[in-house]
Amino acid sequence: MAQVFHRSSNLISKLSIVAIVILIGVLTYGLYQVEESAWYSNIGLTRQQPVPFSHRHHVGELGIDCRYCHTSVEKSAFAGLPPTETCMSCHSQIWTNAEMLEPVRASYRDNVSISWLRVNELPQFVYFDHSIHVRMGVGCTTCHGPIASMPLTYRFGTEYMSWCIDCHRQPAKNLRPRSEVFNPYYQQPSAVHPVTYNGVSYTDQLTMGRQLMKDYKVASLQDCDTCHR
Amino acid sequence: MDSEGSQTTVAERQDPLVKPGYTMGTVTDKISSIVLTRGTTKGWMGGFAIAFALFLLLNIAMGYLFFRGVGIWGINIPIAWAFAITNFVWWIGIGHAGTLISAFLLLMHQKWRTSINRFAEAMTIFAVACAGMFPLLHMGRPWLFYYLLPYPNVMWLWPQFRSPLVWDVFAVSTYMTVSILFWYVGLLPDLATLRDKAKKKVSQITYGFLSMGWRGSASHWKRYEVASLLLAGVATPLVVSVHTVVSFDFSIGLTPGWHSTIFPPYFVAGAIYSGFAMVLTLAIPLRKYYGLDGMITIRHLDIMGKVMLATGVIVAYGYIMETFMAFYSGNPFDRYMMMNRMFGPYLYVYWTLIACNIAIPQLLWFRSVRRNPWGLFAVSIVVNVGMWLERFVIIAVSLHREFEPSYWHMYYPTRWDWAVLFGSFGLFFVLFYLFIRFLPMISIVEMRALVHKTGKKEQAA
Repeated sequence: MAQVFHRSSNLISKLSIVAIVILIGVLTYGLYQVEESAWYSNIGLTRQQPVPFSHRHHVGELGIDCRYCHTSVEKSAFAGLPPTETCMSCHSQIWTNAEMLEPVRASYRDNVSISWLRVNELPQFVYFDHSIHVRMGVGCTTCHGPIASMPLTYRFGTEYMSWCIDCHRQPAKNLRPRSEVFNPYYQQPSAVHPVTYNGVSYTDQLTMGRQLMKDYKVASLQDCDTCHR
Repeated sequence: MDSEGSQTTVAERQDPLVKPGYTMGTVTDKISSIVLTRGTTKGWMGGFAIAFALFLLLNIAMGYLFFRGVGIWGINIPIAWAFAITNFVWWIGIGHAGTLISAFLLLMHQKWRTSINRFAEAMTIFAVACAGMFPLLHMGRPWLFYYLLPYPNVMWLWPQFRSPLVWDVFAVSTYMTVSILFWYVGLLPDLATLRDKAKKKVSQITYGFLSMGWRGSASHWKRYEVASLLLAGVATPLVVSVHTVVSFDFSIGLTPGWHSTIFPPYFVAGAIYSGFAMVLTLAIPLRKYYGLDGMITIRHLDIMGKVMLATGVIVAYGYIMETFMAFYSGNPFDRYMMMNRMFGPYLYVYWTLIACNIAIPQLLWFRSVRRNPWGLFAVSIVVNVGMWLERFVIIAVSLHREFEPSYWHMYYPTRWDWAVLFGSFGLFFVLFYLFIRFLPMISIVEMRALVHKTGKKEQAA
């Protein structure tokens, strides 16, 4: 009887075993890398806003405090988007004829809100509260990035659950004194830039973070129902 | 396997495991002809059509389930687990007989496993496939089932390893993997036989591909023997462990009727009981229809009847102990649970279960019943029904009246509950029909070895 298979199928079958293992490994690793990538998680995403608002100009160059516009950040879950009146408190006086600001004036005139597009958005099944984070010493820039140097606001974090859990497992890594929460130029303590808190000069983040956890009574909350209520 | 050097007894000669007259050649021809030359018969087509219709019913039921959610079933708080989990435990229990026959009895050198192990293993795999489906169907969002597996993810989500439901995932997937491996390794020489005997090019290529280049050289056989023994060693603990873990799903919970230390052994005995019942349910029509009564002899049926009787007695002991402990413990909730089973709204289910699992199988004490194929077939069907009812009583009847009377409720299955149950028979039998059509349902190579050994003994005698 003639052979059913050619001689070469011996080699092919052996190689295919190796190939399957490699293929599974490469696929698993590759998919995980895709999910981790900025391309997939939209890090650095900017959106075409009705007015090209620049945080770099307003925060960085003019030094306006975060809370001037995001008024409810210390009191409620939502940090708050400013009403057009807030813009007009300055822009009724300066740049009153700027072409760029026409949508703002139109909004004020017609009493129709500006439709900003959200850059940072958590899904609805996640309960997130700005006020408690701010109160516990989580700085704005910890999650929102170097806002004072963003010409157009972009997304800084992945907004994956791992991103939240990372800090919830070890809050000491990121806490800062309450007085520094709204400082857009804040840097974590180091030998070069020590941070003074409560009269003590710290050169190490973890040491200060642990002290802050104690003083602010920060718990490392990781139960499912902390966020998924 | 040459250690079985015991002398042939008179009883064995009078009641052989293979009908006299079979030689190595005729055994091979007989089994391989069912696959290769017999073709697709009308009887096969008829059975397959019925199974396929049920399989389609399953698909419809699943489709509607995914569309609407588990609300189409009769479940609701407090009876959150009912048919789906009952079916899961029932199917996975059935699988256990196949593993017991193929692995445990191999290590115990029981020759009578030879002609039944192949299709019993196939039954195991198909039953586990049916079983594995149910916990997933039972999830609110089945497409997220992979959350149960520990895999790297951007949620940093890890399974809760303190939960028996996670243990279940590992127990069942290990069981499935080992069963498939064991079955496939055993099939290799037979697939090569089919490749060599096949006339059609497409059969030659298919079986040739599946037999992975088996040439029957001495080194192949050596590795085959070692691999079989190793896999048998791995599979044997699974006979006990898988259903033990399944029983933890209940015994870890605090519900009266679940929270009991007797559950693991009692579940394992029940699993083997129902598994052997299913093996008989399949074997008796098979040997009749395919004329295999020379290989699956009356003696095989007799032995399986005895195994059923033994495990049935253990299960009965479990029921008696459950009842005894409910009263002896002095716990009013346990006592009420037992009274509710016996005389509550589901009393007819409980007493049918006692009739099916304890009363009727006592017929197996009689040799005449064990050696009467259709009598045994009837008992096996009764036990299958009884074991399903047992799981229903444990799961749904315990849940429907827990601690708080204000929380009590009734459970009534909807048509979709039934559709999924009967649909799973469809899946099982579709797979089984395909198996008997395209693969040797009895291990050719092990039958040849058995015939060879018996032949030698006959000559010596």
